[in-house]
Amino acid sequence: MKNPTRQLQHADPAGVLTGTHFLDGDHACCEGALAAGARFAAGYPITPSTEVVERFALRIPKVGGTFIQMEDELAASITLLGAVWGGAKAFTVTSGPGFSLMMEHIGYAAMTETPCVFVNVQRGGPSTGLPTLPAQGDMMQARWGSHGDYEMIALCPNSPQECFDLTIHAFNLSERFRTPVMFMMDECVGHMTEKVVIPPADQIGIYPRRHAVRPPGEHLNFEPDEDLVPAMAHAGEGYRFHVTGLTHDERGYPAMNPETQDRLVRRLVNKIRMAAEELVQVEEEGIEGADVVVVSYGITSRVAQKAIELAREKGLKVGKLRLLTVWPFPAAKIRALARGIRAFVVPELNMGQIVNEVERAAGGAARTYGVPHAGGTVHRPEAILNVIEEAAR
Amino acid sequence: MSTLEVLPQEVTNPVEPFLRTERIPHIWCPGCGIGTTVNSFARALLETRMDLDKVVVVSGIGCTGRVAGYVELDSFHTTHGRAIPFATGLKLANPSLTVVVYSGDGDLSAIGGNHLIHAARRNIDIKVICVNNFIYAMTGGQSGPTTPLTATTSTSPYGAYEPSFNLPQLADAAGAVYVARWTAFHVRQMTRSMSEVLKKKGFCFIETLSPCPTLYERRNKLGEGLDTMRHYKEKSKVRNGAPTSEVALGMRDDIIVGKFVDRERPDYSELLHHQMITQLGDKYVEAPACSCG
Ligand SMILES: Cc1ncc(C[n+]2csc(CCOP(=O)(O)OP(=O)(O)O)c2C)c(N)n1
Ligand code: SF4
Ligand SMILES: [Mg+2]
Repeated sequence: MKNPTRQLQHADPAGVLTGTHFLDGDHACCEGALAAGARFAAGYPITPSTEVVERFALRIPKVGGTFIQMEDELAASITLLGAVWGGAKAFTVTSGPGFSLMMEHIGYAAMTETPCVFVNVQRGGPSTGLPTLPAQGDMMQARWGSHGDYEMIALCPNSPQECFDLTIHAFNLSERFRTPVMFMMDECVGHMTEKVVIPPADQIGIYPRRHAVRPPGEHLNFEPDEDLVPAMAHAGEGYRFHVTGLTHDERGYPAMNPETQDRLVRRLVNKIRMAAEELVQVEEEGIEGADVVVVSYGITSRVAQKAIELAREKGLKVGKLRLLTVWPFPAAKIRALARGIRAFVVPELNMGQIVNEVERAAGGAARTYGVPHAGGTVHRPEAILNVIEEAAR
Repeated sequence: MSTLEVLPQEVTNPVEPFLRTERIPHIWCPGCGIGTTVNSFARALLETRMDLDKVVVVSGIGCTGRVAGYVELDSFHTTHGRAIPFATGLKLANPSLTVVVYSGDGDLSAIGGNHLIHAARRNIDIKVICVNNFIYAMTGGQSGPTTPLTATTSTSPYGAYEPSFNLPQLADAAGAVYVARWTAFHVRQMTRSMSEVLKKKGFCFIETLSPCPTLYERRNKLGEGLDTMRHYKEKSKVRNGAPTSEVALGMRDDIIVGKFVDRERPDYSELLHHQMITQLGDKYVEAPACSCG
């Protein structure tokens, strides 16, 4: 991760469980948060995500920090924002119905530029759906679920190791851009146990809070640096600042007019859009000379891998593009690829969400095939293979 | 430390130094009681010589919710109903802060009612000032959980028929360590209560009845702001220590005011520390004051 304004710091060793472990994705996510310096979590129990905060509740009294189980997800999702303005690094964890309840505060975090991480271990929906079974049906909700205009950053891990690594990355991005980051796991990744290597603290890079450098009187909490991201003071430091979810000026004072709205919303959106290239992380393999590229993320990428291998055995030229960053969407990457291939195949555990983004980015230069699945289990590799074969014709 | 111990000579209104004067004129109507309560709050800050850099006001959404925007303190205008959980996170992350939640009756007891009772149950060390004007004012005067029976509001055009909350009883039952009620007429007593809660540990709740001449009094033919003040004066009975079950409000009944509850109970952080030390001994690492570098 390039760091345009600040030096990465070493992780605080107190939170880093250096060593080789066998962890499920939920526990690995918790360790990632601790390694990233999160010392505050607010949650409300919900399957299949609860293990993250259960581990946090067990670990945090020995690390130094706070876990509080709130009365609902509306509370949890704003308690953590209060903690951030009090100086903490903080996160919350949820699934399905809880994610729906958190939407208002995802918007509040975006509007007030509160760095924080929302973890969503996705399960089958709509509504109570399939509490214990996987899906990837919240990808659009993560992007657009709160009202109004804002840009979103969302990451998708496909293994417990990545749950650890990318959770740290999610915190770093939230601090770098002063914005909420969605960490979009799924039930399979959350509950699968694999080897997780946790490096020593001095090998983990931490993006420090963009704290006010100027003294009170000279600092404004919403006055952007060159990269459009402002530095923030915390409560209790003598800055006497105001924070509001209303449209506000650089001081944070409400200003109810279209000019301020335009300036603010454009900046909120552009601070992330401008950095899309720096932000977007993908994994590609076998793209050179491919006719078909399978685009996938999260648990589905592991099934897609199998389908790609089966297709290659049949002599098809298939490439793999895995999205670690789903939002902002790697549109430039897709656009560039589209010019050299016949088709994209997009398997996902929903009835068609990211496939539409791929199709839009491809802009007709290559065909796009979805492989929809309502969730509850993963795809059969053959189901993806069939579509690859159709796309290659 | 940043207290205001001596008032500058030229300041006629002692409250002015506590306000973001650049944001005045405020949005409140003439005769509105919210500003009166803010006066009392500013006087309480003055009397208690609080370190103003360490006092934070957290509001929800509503006419009262705008208080956060006018006080010259660190202040947060949060979302509707969620000032208390925001304040909870703030206080737990930085225990050196004095965190005051300043919001309306609808914000705190309807959409935010769940948070009110749970913060009181946990005994989170925050101070809640609830301005009760019996309606949702900001949105045009709809009925809410505090609207007295038979009162006319924009969504109870034929008179309210839902029973209302007795807020002091609710806060008391949920575990608040300090519960008081005053009205916009009782400026001195309100100031004293505010001073007391600023110095008291634990979850404190002050209800203050406040005229909304624009939407409540007018619609109910109760006159102007001054008429409401007269009503408060005539109908109020001070009964400190009254059982909160006996202080319910009606449309034109007597108004029981006073300090009803003032007790000691370990707060959330004390309970947490005690439990962790008991269980973990020297393995327990107390949360340090937060700092993210
Ligand atoms: C989630 C949500 N629902 C509804 C509203 C609209 N709303 C704004 S203020 C308010 C009522 C405020 O009433 P109260 O808390 O009593 O404050 P007052 O204006 O009377 O001081 C409502 C319903 C909102 N802002 N957010
Ligand atoms: S509408 Fe009522 S509560 Fe709101 S500012 Fe006017 S008088 Fe005050
Ligand atoms: Mg009201």
